Amino acid sequence: MNEVLLKVENLSKIYRSGIAAGGVTTAVDNANFEIKPAEIVALVGESGSGKTTLGKLILRLIKPSLGKIIYNGIDISKLKGRRLVEYYRHVQGVFQDPFSSFNPIFKVDRVFDLIFDSYLKEMKQKKRELIANALEKVMLNPDDVFGKYPHQMSGGQLQRILIARTLLLDTKLLIADEIISMLDASVRVDVLNTLGKLKDENKISVIFVTHDLSLGYYISDTTMIMYKGNIVEMGDTEKVYSNPLHPYTRMLLSVVPTVDRKWEKKKEEELFSLFESGKRRIWNGCPYYDRCPLAMEVCQKKPSLLEIESGHKVACYAAIQSKGSKAEKTFSSENEK
Amino acid sequence: METLLKVKDYKVYYQTLKGHVKAIDGVDFFVRSREVLGIAGESGCGKSTLSNSLINIKAPMIYEGGEVYFDGVDITKLDVNKMRTLRYTKMSIIPQYAMDAMSPTKKIKRIIFDLVREHDRKIAEEEIISIARGRFKEVGLVEYVLNKYPVELSGGMKQRVVMVISTLMNPKLLIADEITSALDVSSQKFTIEMLEEFMDKGYVDSVIFITHDLSVLYQIADRIMIMYAGNVAEIGTTEEIIKSPLHPYTKMLVESLPKMDVQYKKKKLKGIPGHPPNLLNYPSEGCRFYERCPVKINPQKCKLQKPPLFEVKPGRYVACWAYAEGEKGE
Ligand SMILES: Nc1ncnc2c1ncn2[C@@H]1O[C@H](COP(=O)(O)OP(=O)(O)OP(=O)(O)O)[C@@H](O)[C@H]1O
Ligand SMILES: Nc1ncnc2c1ncn2[C@@H]1O[C@H](COP(=O)(O)OP(=O)(O)OP(=O)(O)O)[C@@H](O)[C@H]1O
Ligand code: SF4
Ligand SMILES: [Mg+2]
Ligand SMILES: [Mg+2]
Repeated sequence: MNEVLLKVENLSKIYRSGIAAGGVTTAVDNANFEIKPAEIVALVGESGSGKTTLGKLILRLIKPSLGKIIYNGIDISKLKGRRLVEYYRHVQGVFQDPFSSFNPIFKVDRVFDLIFDSYLKEMKQKKRELIANALEKVMLNPDDVFGKYPHQMSGGQLQRILIARTLLLDTKLLIADEIISMLDASVRVDVLNTLGKLKDENKISVIFVTHDLSLGYYISDTTMIMYKGNIVEMGDTEKVYSNPLHPYTRMLLSVVPTVDRKWEKKKEEELFSLFESGKRRIWNGCPYYDRCPLAMEVCQKKPSLLEIESGHKVACYAAIQSKGSKAEKTFSSENEK
Repeated sequence: METLLKVKDYKVYYQTLKGHVKAIDGVDFFVRSREVLGIAGESGCGKSTLSNSLINIKAPMIYEGGEVYFDGVDITKLDVNKMRTLRYTKMSIIPQYAMDAMSPTKKIKRIIFDLVREHDRKIAEEEIISIARGRFKEVGLVEYVLNKYPVELSGGMKQRVVMVISTLMNPKLLIADEITSALDVSSQKFTIEMLEEFMDKGYVDSVIFITHDLSVLYQIADRIMIMYAGNVAEIGTTEEIIKSPLHPYTKMLVESLPKMDVQYKKKKLKGIPGHPPNLLNYPSEGCRFYERCPVKINPQKCKLQKPPLFEVKPGRYVACWAYAEGEKGE
C-alpha cells in the first residue's frame, strides 16, 4: 500500500518577530514526511518545538516560508475556489481547550450551527439526523448531548463533540493538537479510543500532537519526534519506542512518568545536562548540540534525517555511527517477546 | 512515626448565590513527618480547595467543621495573627498556577523580599537575598535570575524559582499544588528531583504533592490519597494504590492509565463513563461515586449513607461499603 494522503516537502516556517536569535525563530525547519490514509501519526516534542506551527501550516492557517504541502497530489498553496473549500472540509483541526469552543450560555448543539450555515446549507433539513450520526461515531449518545449545556458535560465529552463536528465535513485528516492534555485520565482514553475507531472505521488519518509519550505510544502507528523545529526521529511507533535512536528521544523516554516503572535516580550533573548546559547553540548545527551528552565535532554541522532501519529514520551522527545497537530498550513490545 | 498534620472530618464549602458548593465534605487523613503524601483525583474533586483552605480560608470559602492539627495544634481555632506567622514560615503552599501568578512588574528579588517580609518582619533584606542566592545556585539557577522579571524566564526556570521562594524559611510542610502539570517531561523530572533534594537537606520536612497525574505520583509519593467529589475515596502506600487499588473508582482510574505495553491496536483501555456530580447543594449523604459505580454493593445503602473510611488493614483506608464488615469484600 503506497498511497499517500499528504506529503510535506522541505517545509519551513520562519518567524521574524521572535525575541530569540536576532529576531528570527525557525519554528519548523525543513520538514519532510508523508501521511497515508488511515494512519495515526503522533507528533511529539516539548513546548516550543513547533508542533502547533506544523499543524497550522497543514491546516492552511498560515503560509510556509519555504517548501510545500501536497494533498492528494496537489500543492495546497495552489488551491482555489471549490477545491480550496473541499480541502478545508477534508483537513480539520481540533485544539487543546474544549471549553473555549463552547459558549456557556448556549446549549452545546449550537456548535454545529456554523458548519450548517457555511458548508451544509443544502442539508439543513436533515441536520439533527446528521449530527446524531456523527455523535454516535464518537461514541456519544445523542440524547445525552442535545439540549445540554456545556457545564453539564465532561471535557472529554465536549472534545468528542468537537471531533463529531469535523466528521460532518467528510474529514480525511484530523489535526488533533493537544486535545487531551486538559482532560482527566478517566476521560482521556475515550477520546483516544474515538480517534482509533475513526481510523479503523472511517479511514481517517490523524496527526496527534502531544507532549505525552505514553499516550502517543498507545494510539499511534507512526511517531515523529520534534526538537526546536526539526524532526529528529521518525518511524513506526513500535520501532521508535523499542529502539529509540536519537539522544533526545532516549532522554524523553527515560523521563516519561508511567505507573509501570520508577525513575532511575540520576546524579545531579547528569540531570542538568539533560536540558541545559554551558554549550552554545550552533547556528546551522544539530539543534540538540547544546544539550546533547554525545555531541561531537561533526555535530556542528546539521545532520540530515537518514533511514537506519526500514521504517525508522533519525537525524543524529552518533546514532548513525552506532546504528542504534547500544540503544536501551525502554518501552517493550509484545511483538518482540 | 510522628504525625505532622492530622485532618479530621474537615469541611470547606463555597458560599454562592445559589447555595453551598460542598467542595470538601468530611475528609480524614494525616501526613507523617518526612513523607510525601500524594493527593490525586479528577478535576474539581477539591484538591486545590483542600490545600488552599489549610493555609488560608478566605471568601467565598467557608469553614464548615472539623479539625486540623498541625504539630499538635488545631489551626482551625487559631487567630488571624498566629495563623499569619505559621503560614509560609511553617506551612507553605505553592498554589496551582503560581508560576503564572507571579507579579509581572516586580523583579524576582522584590517578589522574594515582599513575601518573606509579610510573614517575618524582623529579617533583614541582605539575609533573605543571601539565602535565596545560595538556594538558586543549588538548583542550577544563575544569580542574575534575581534581577529578572518573571516573563523573562522559561517555564521550568519559573517553577524552580517558585519552589525556592516557597521553601526559603524551611517550612515543616510544603503543599505543592500541580507544580508539574504545565511542564515538559524533562522539567517535571527535574522539579521532582529538586523536591526530594530539598527534603534530604531538611529545607522541608513533609510534602503534600497534589496532581491529577497518578504516574507522576508513582515517582514521588510515599503514600497516596485518592479523592472523589470532595471526599476521600482511598488511602494507602503508593504501591498499594497503584498495584492493588480497592475502591471501585481507583480501580477504574488505574485501569484507564496508559501503560508501557498497551497499544490501542492490541488492547483497549477503558475510561470511566459519566462525570462527577455537581457539588452545589449536593446531599452529604450517600456515596458520591454511586452514579458511576459499577459495583453498588448494596444499592440502598450506597445511595443513602455515606461510606466511612474503613481501615481495612493498618494504614490502609477505603470509603466504600464493599469493605464494611459483613459485606462481601473484594
Ligand atoms: N506568530 C508567531 N510569531 C513569532 N514566533 C512564533 C509565532 N508562533 C510560534 N512562534 C514560535 O515558534 C516556535 C514554535 O512554536 P509552536 O507553538 O509551534 O510550538 P509547540 O510545539 O506547539 O509548543 P507547545 O507545546 O507549547 O504548544 C516557538 O519558539 C514560538 O515561540
Ligand atoms: N470560588 C468558587 N466558588 C464556587 N465553587 C468553587 C469555587 N472554586 C472552586 N469551586 C468548586 O469547588 C470544587 C472543587 O474545586 P477545586 O478547584 O478544589 O478542584 P481541584 O481538584 O483542584 O480541580 P483541578 O484538578 O481542576 O485543579 C469544584 O466543583 C469547583 O467548581
Ligand atoms: S460505596 Fe457503593 S457506590 Fe460507593 S463505591 Fe462502594 S460499591 Fe460503589
Ligand atoms: Mg502547541
Ligand atoms: Mg486544583
